[in-house]
Amino acid sequence: MPLYLDDQQSMLRDSARAFVGETAPIAHMRGLRDAKEPKGYAPALWKQFSEMGFTGMLIPEAEGGLGLGAVEAGIVLEEIGRNLTPSPFLSTAIGAVEALKAGSAAQRGRWFPAILSGDAVAALAIDERAKHRPAATALTAERAGNGFRLSGAKTFVTHGHVADLVVVAARTAGRAGDTEGITLFAIEKGAAALHAEPRRLADASIVADLRFDGVEVSADAVIGEIDGGWGPLTAILDSVRVGAAAELLGVGAGAMDMTVGYLKERKQFGQTIGSFQALQHRAAHLYAELEVARAAILKAQQLVDAADARAEEAVMVAKAMAGLATTLAVQEGVQMHGGIGMTDEYNIGFYMKRGRVLAESFGDTDFLADQIARRAGY
Amino acid sequence: MSDLAGFRAEVAAWLEENCPAAMRQPARGDEDMCWGGRNPVFSCPEQKLWLERMAARGWTVPDWPREYGGGGLDPAETKVLRQEMARLGCRSPLSSFGIWMLGPALLKYGNEAQKREHLPRIARGEIRWCQGYSEPNAGSDLASLATRAEDRGDHFLVNGQKIWTSYADKADWIFCLVRTDRTSKHNGISFVLFDMASPGVSTKPILLISGYSPFCETFFDDVKVPKENLVGELNKGWDVAKYLLGHEREMISAMGLGEAGVPLPEIALQSMGRDDRGLLDEPVLRARIALFEVRAAAFRAMSERFIDELKAGKAHPAQPSMMKYYGTELNKARHELIMAAGGSGALDWESAASNGGAAARAWLRTKANSIEGGTSEVQLNIIAKRILDLPSA
Ligand SMILES: Cc1cc2nc3c(=O)[nH]c(=O)nc-3n(C[C@H](O)[C@H](O)[C@H](O)COP(=O)(O)OP(=O)(O)OC[C@H]3O[C@@H](n4cnc5c(N)ncnc54)[C@H](O)[C@@H]3O)c2cc1C
Repeated sequence: MPLYLDDQQSMLRDSARAFVGETAPIAHMRGLRDAKEPKGYAPALWKQFSEMGFTGMLIPEAEGGLGLGAVEAGIVLEEIGRNLTPSPFLSTAIGAVEALKAGSAAQRGRWFPAILSGDAVAALAIDERAKHRPAATALTAERAGNGFRLSGAKTFVTHGHVADLVVVAARTAGRAGDTEGITLFAIEKGAAALHAEPRRLADASIVADLRFDGVEVSADAVIGEIDGGWGPLTAILDSVRVGAAAELLGVGAGAMDMTVGYLKERKQFGQTIGSFQALQHRAAHLYAELEVARAAILKAQQLVDAADARAEEAVMVAKAMAGLATTLAVQEGVQMHGGIGMTDEYNIGFYMKRGRVLAESFGDTDFLADQIARRAGY
Repeated sequence: MSDLAGFRAEVAAWLEENCPAAMRQPARGDEDMCWGGRNPVFSCPEQKLWLERMAARGWTVPDWPREYGGGGLDPAETKVLRQEMARLGCRSPLSSFGIWMLGPALLKYGNEAQKREHLPRIARGEIRWCQGYSEPNAGSDLASLATRAEDRGDHFLVNGQKIWTSYADKADWIFCLVRTDRTSKHNGISFVLFDMASPGVSTKPILLISGYSPFCETFFDDVKVPKENLVGELNKGWDVAKYLLGHEREMISAMGLGEAGVPLPEIALQSMGRDDRGLLDEPVLRARIALFEVRAAAFRAMSERFIDELKAGKAHPAQPSMMKYYGTELNKARHELIMAAGGSGALDWESAASNGGAAARAWLRTKANSIEGGTSEVQLNIIAKRILDLPSA
C-alpha cells in the first residue's frame, strides 16, 4: 500500500476539513471557554458528528458503523486539531469503541448504538499519577459477591465528569508495574461511590479526577478477560495514541499555517518579515519536522489497520514525533507573531495550550522514546 | 494485489538463488562498493557476479525502460524489489552517479541517440560518471559558473576549472555545466557530456578531513566536445541541471536512513554495559539515542512516503530539498552519537582493529552531507521560497 491517502481518503479529508472548519472553527472553542461551559464540549456538535457518520467510524459495519480504520479516524482528528475543536471523538469514537471491541455482545449492544447516535460520551480512566504509566495501574478491583469492588483513584480523565461510560483499567492481581493482572471495566454513569472532580486545564478542556470509594460492579462489567486486560489496553492505547498524534499534527499544521500567513502579512523595516532569512530558515525547518511527523503517523495508521506486528512500535514513534514537531510549531508560532502572539485575543496561543495537553496525553515523547529503547533492548 | 504477491515471491526466490552470500553483507565503506567503469575494481569475484546478474535482469535500474537496459518495473514492483533486497540484506549491485543523477536527466532531456548510447552502459556499470558543477567561485551560487564553451562549428571548445569533482580521477565521463552565453546568468548555461580521456582534461585530488581524497580539482584546457554531446537546448542547461539536482538530493537524502552495520545502541552497550535494570548504563546518552531513534524511524517513514508520492506524481517538486536537508542533518546527528557511544575507542585513526579508523573517518565524512549537492542553508532557502511561498528579500 503506498504511503499516501487514496482517493476515498482524500475525499473524506476534503469533507471533514470543510465540515469541521465550518461548524466548529476556533471561535467555537473560544465561545465554550468564554461561557465557562461546564460540560467541556457541545452536545449539539456531537450530534452533528453522529449525522456525518464520524461517531461510528471504527464500529464494524455489521454493528451499524462504517467499519473504517485508523487512517480515516486520523483524518477527522487532524481537522479537530487544526480547529482546536473540543470533542469527545477521541475518547468515545476511538478509545471506547476500541475497548468495546474486546467486550461482550451485551456490552457492544448496550453502547455501540448510543455512540452511533451521538447520545453517549465515553471516557478512558487509565492514568493515576501526573505522568502516563499504564503498567503502574494500582486502583484495585477486588472480588465482591458476584462482581467486583473498585477502590482507588484515576486522574487526567478527559470528559470523565460527563461520561455515560467510563472504561477503567484496574488491578485484579499482581503489583503495580506488572502488565499481568490488569482488568478492564465498563462503568456506567451514576455508579454509587464514584466521585468525579472536574478540573479545567490550560487549554480550557475539562478533565476529571475520579475517586472510587468501593464502587460495586457486576461481573458483566468486565471487558475481556479477568487479569488479561493488558492486551485490550494495548489496543486501546495504540488507537488513542495514533489518534492523539493525528490531532497533534492538526494542531501543529494549524499553527504553522497561521504563522506562515502572518510572515507574509506583517511588515517591519519596510519589508514583510517573511523575507528575513532567519525566519525563513526556521519556518522551512518547521515544515520539514511536520512533514516527517505526518509520514510517521500515516505509516503507523496503516500498520494498525493492517493489524501488523510492527504497529505498536510505529504508533509510539508517531506520537513521539508528533510531540516533537508540534511542540516546535507552537513555540515558533508564538515567537514569530511577536507581541500579538502573547495576547488572548489572537488565536496562536490556543495552539500552544492544546499542543501541550495533547503532547502529555497517553504518553509524552520522553515516555514513548524510553519504551522504544526498552523494546530495542537498551 | 495477488499479482504483486506473486511478483514478491518470484523476486524473493530469484534473489535467494542469485545473490551471493558475500553480497548479503553491508559494504564496508566506499572502497567496498562497486562503482563499475572502464577499468572496474571488484573487491571480490562475487561482486562482479552480482553486478552481472542484476544488470542482466535490468535490476541495477529496475524502473528504467527495458530498451535502455532497465527492468521496466512499475512503482509498486520497484518498491517490492527494494523491500525484498532489504529484507534479505542484498547490497546494491552498483553505486553510480550515472544511475542516481545523469540517467534520470537523460531520460527526460536526452535525445534518442544519447539515451541509446549512454543509458545501457550506465545500467551495466560500464562507464563511470562524475559531476562537473561546482567551481572555485560558483558554489551555492552555482549559476554564476564561468567555465567557457565556445562554438567551433562541429564542436565546443571548453576552458576553465571545476572543483570538488567527486571521483574525477576515477571517472570515465563527465556531465558538465558550461557557460555558452555571458550576457545572461541562468539562460547562458549549457549541459554537456564528454570523455575524461579527452585531450586537455586533467585532475588533481584534494585531501579531505577524513584523510581520503575522493574529490578533485578538474581543469579543462582547450577540450573539444562534439556538438552532439549537448543535452537539451543550447543555453537551457540550467533546467537540466536543476532537474538532475533534484535526483542528486533524493539520493543524498537516503543517508538519513543510516548504513547497515552495528546499530547505534549496540555500540553504546559495548562501551558502557548495562545498569542493574538492564538498561544502557549512561542515562543521558541513552535518552539522546532514544530521541534520535524516534526521528530516525519517522524519517524512514518519510522516505517511503516521499518515494511513493514521487512515483505517483504527488510530491511537491521542491520536496527533494526537504528530504536532503532532513536526511543529511539526521545522518550527521547519528555519527555524532556513534562517536559519543564509541568513546575513546571510536577515535582511532589507523589501527587494524578500528578498520583503519573507520568510525572517525565516517563521522568526518558525514560533515560533507549537508554541503554536497547544495548546502542545508540552500535547501532551506528553496523550501522557504518554493514550498512556503515566502517573499524574497
Ligand atoms: C564531499 C563533497 C563532494 C562534492 N562533490 C561534488 C561533485 O561531485 N561535483 C560538484 O560539482 N560539486 C561537488 N561538491 C561541491 C558542493 O556542491 C559545494 O561545496 C556546495 O554547493 C557549496 O558550495 P561552496 O563549497 O562554494 O560553499 P559556499 O557557497 O561558499 O558556502 C559557504 C557557506 O555559506 C552558506 N551560504 C551560501 N549562500 C547562502 C545563501 N544564499 N543563504 C544562506 N547561506 C548561504 C552556505 O550554506 C555555507 O554554509 C562536493 C562537495 C563536497 C563537500
